[in-house]
Amino acid sequence: MQPFSALSLFRQGLAGQKGRAPQWRSPEPKARYDAVIVGGGGHGLAAAYYLAKQHGLRNIAVLEKGWIGGGNTGRNTTIIRSNYLFDESAALYDHALKLWEGLSQTLNYNVMFSPRGVLMLAHTVHDVQVFQRHIHANRANGVENQWLTPKEAKAFCPPLNIAANIRYPVLGGALQRRGGTARHDAVAWGYARAADALGVDIIQNCEVTGIARDAAGAVAAVETSRGRIETRKVGVSAAGHTSVVLGMAGVRLPLESYPLQALVSEPVKPVFPCVVMSNTIHAYISQSDKGELVIGAGTDVYTSYTQRGGLHITTHTLDAICELFPQFRRMRMLRNWGGIVDVTPDRSPILGKTPVAGLYVNCGWGTGGFKATPGAGHLLAWTMAKDEPHPINAPFTIERFRDGRLIDEAAAAAVAH
Amino acid sequence: MLLIPCPYCGERPELEFVHGGQAHIARPADPGALSDEQWADYLYMRDNPKGPHAERWRHIHGCGRFFNVVRDTATDRIIAAYPTGQPRPGAAADGETR
Repeated sequence: MQPFSALSLFRQGLAGQKGRAPQWRSPEPKARYDAVIVGGGGHGLAAAYYLAKQHGLRNIAVLEKGWIGGGNTGRNTTIIRSNYLFDESAALYDHALKLWEGLSQTLNYNVMFSPRGVLMLAHTVHDVQVFQRHIHANRANGVENQWLTPKEAKAFCPPLNIAANIRYPVLGGALQRRGGTARHDAVAWGYARAADALGVDIIQNCEVTGIARDAAGAVAAVETSRGRIETRKVGVSAAGHTSVVLGMAGVRLPLESYPLQALVSEPVKPVFPCVVMSNTIHAYISQSDKGELVIGAGTDVYTSYTQRGGLHITTHTLDAICELFPQFRRMRMLRNWGGIVDVTPDRSPILGKTPVAGLYVNCGWGTGGFKATPGAGHLLAWTMAKDEPHPINAPFTIERFRDGRLIDEAAAAAVAH
Repeated sequence: MLLIPCPYCGERPELEFVHGGQAHIARPADPGALSDEQWADYLYMRDNPKGPHAERWRHIHGCGRFFNVVRDTATDRIIAAYPTGQPRPGAAADGETR
C-alpha cells in the first residue's frame, strides 16, 4: 500500500501523477477462507478491516455482488449523529461517532469527516417535548445535544425560515455539534484499501447464491456466482437484501425492505453550513463539498427491491425544503435515486449471532445505517472473531423480539414511519 | 407512483390508498396458548421476498375497504388484486408456495 502524506502528494505532483498504483487488488476467489463477509458496502468492508486489524485473521474475503460501495453506502445522504434516546442506542451510535472522529488517520485515507453540526427541527409541541427528552437522556449518557430556540437555530443556519406563518413553523431544534457528514465513497474505498493491505480479498461481481451447512447445521460454505467457497464463519451485511441472503440458511428475520430516495441539486457556492433534519416533514439536507445540496426523502409506503420509488415522495420533501429554505425555490435538481433499506419493527438494528452456528448478521439499520459504518463493522468483527457479542451490541439480538426487549427508537423518534 | 386496481373501484393512484403490510396473517384464536416464539412470529416476523408478495391495501380515500394485492417486489408490477377473505390467486402460475 502506498501511504498517503503531504510529501507523497507533492512528489506525485512533480511526477505527473504517474506513480499511482491501484488501491486494492482484484483477486480470484480462493477455495477456502477463515471468514467471509457478504456485502461489500461500508459496513462489510469495515468488518473485514477490523477482523484483520484487531483480531488477527488474515484469510478473509468480502463478497460483493456488484461493486463496492454501490448499494446504500453510495446512495445515502451521509448524515452522522449519535443523539438517540435509549441507553443501548446512544452507546451504539456514539461508539461509531468516536470511531468516525479518528477514521481518516486510522485508515490513512481522507474520508472527509466533517463535524459541522446536525440540527433536528421541531415543528409541533410534541416535537419540542420529544427533543427535550432526547437532550436530557443524551446528557445523562454523556452524548452532547443542545436545544436551540428558533432565533438561535437561524443564527446557526442562516438560510432557515423561522417565520411563524408557514405550514410547519420552526419551534426550535436539537443540535448535536459533533454530528455532520463524511464522503460516502471515500469510506468504502478507505476501508477497502486498508483491508486489502492486511490481506483481505475483495471480490466484486460475486453474488452469493446459497449457504451450505454441515450435518450439525453449522455453516460449511457459501455458493456463489464464481463458485463454492468453504468457510466456517459468514458475516452477512447485505442491507436491503439481508432477508434474501439469510433465507438461504433458513433464518427468518423481522425485516421489511423499503425504497428510500435521495436527490441532489445543481452545484452552487457554499450556502449551507450544517446538516438540517426534519423528521416530522421528512426533509434532510446538507451541502456537499462539491456544492450540491444533498437532500433525503422519506421511505415509500410499500416494500420493494426496485431501488426507485414514487416521485410524489421526493416532491413532498422538496415542498418542505422550499418552505424551510425559500432561497432554494428556484434551484434545479440534478439526479434522484433510491436505495433499499431493511427496517425492523422497533427501528433498531440487529447485530449479532443467528440461530445458525457460524452465521452472523448485521442488518436492520433502516434509514440511518451510514452513520454507524465504523461501529457496525467493528462490532460485527468482534462478534465473529469471539463468537459472542461485544457488550455494546449485546442488546441488539434477533431474540429481543421474542423476549419483548425492544429498543423502540421508532416510538422515540415520534415520526410517522 | 403505483396504479392500484381496487377490486371495488377500479384503478386509482397510490395516493388514495394506505398500505397494510403482508396479507393473510390471521390473529391467533387463542394468543394465551402460544409460545413466545409463536407470538413473536405473529407480531414481528414477515415474509420479505424479492418477487411476488401478497400485501394488504386500504382504499382510504375511496371506498374505504381493505383488499389484497399480489405485487412483484423486484419490479413493482401488480399481478393480481382480490377481496379480503379470498385465497391468494395465481399461486401455481407465479411459482409461489404461499
